[in-house]
Amino acid sequence: MKRRPVVTRAIAALLLLLLAGLAWAALAPIHLASRDQLFEIPKGTWARRMAGNKVEILPDRIDLTLGLNDTLLLHNLDDVPQQFGPVVMMPGQSFRLPFEVASTYSFACSAHASGQLAVVVSEHPAPGWPRLQWRWHYWKQRMAMMMTSKGRA
Amino acid sequence: MKRRDLLLSGLVVGAALHVAPALAAAPALKAGVFEPPLPAPELGLQGSDGADLKLSRFRGKVVAVVFGFTQCQAVCPVTLYTLAQARKAMGAEAAGVQVVFITVDPARDDAQRVRGFLTGFDPSFIGGTGRPDAVAAVEQRFGVSAKKVPMSNGDYAVDHSSAVYLIDREGRLRAMMPFGHGAQDYVHDFRLLLAQR
Repeated sequence: MKRRPVVTRAIAALLLLLLAGLAWAALAPIHLASRDQLFEIPKGTWARRMAGNKVEILPDRIDLTLGLNDTLLLHNLDDVPQQFGPVVMMPGQSFRLPFEVASTYSFACSAHASGQLAVVVSEHPAPGWPRLQWRWHYWKQRMAMMMTSKGRA
Repeated sequence: MKRRDLLLSGLVVGAALHVAPALAAAPALKAGVFEPPLPAPELGLQGSDGADLKLSRFRGKVVAVVFGFTQCQAVCPVTLYTLAQARKAMGAEAAGVQVVFITVDPARDDAQRVRGFLTGFDPSFIGGTGRPDAVAAVEQRFGVSAKKVPMSNGDYAVDHSSAVYLIDREGRLRAMMPFGHGAQDYVHDFRLLLAQR
């Protein structure tokens, strides 16, 4: 008989914590260590592709946000030139492309198996639902990238 | 000897401390930037002004390289107009900026035709054309794509990359400005590149 209030209190405390977490995620300002969204083309990419392996370096779609991570940074660590859109990156060279306008940008890209890459640049998320959504998508993207890098290793 | 070494070290550290913050605070280009910058691919085409079109001709100037064709209805006129506006806004400084327009349609765009097309935007613009294989080689070196697209009237258009390549005064490919930037962004980047050595 005495257990029920304890469980109820525990559930209420958890709900409060969850609400506090959601409120923080929806309202707290977002700070990222860098505005660069880095993608590296690893050494041996071209050789692996020539050997018939399916090599995915970049996702089909890259999401950027103005004022947060609004600069695409590509680094060619491979031994051969790589093409990203209308840009040829020599071995060891990097290309940093800042975005200032929210829009969807399409690029032809030899570093991508499909040959196409979309960069979706969104407005800085306002406090509330947009900020909560942004944090959720950012977290999902980070997890996906971590899984990809683990798979590659 | 020791004292001289100490003095030298002090000077080096002092210079580094003085220069590092300045570098960190250096304003960034609006265009996408190559790091490290490497020598720009050579053009080796026929210029619309009758002379050979080589980048070495423009050493000491900032060069904006545009790829397009004279019958383009959409992208090329906008880009060339934007560049002309940027040069106009720069006043006397515009003398340090050279716009080079390379045709992706050498079968139809001979030097005379390119010259006539460019004069309407800015008489200082210089065009480049040549044998199709020579033009294709330049396109490849820059990473430009160009593909003929048949039209219903039996004619054709050329679907091509719309970026503008920025080459610094030393002949290094420094940046790529994607289509859609306004004249003020070009003025910003031209001025930055002109100020650098």
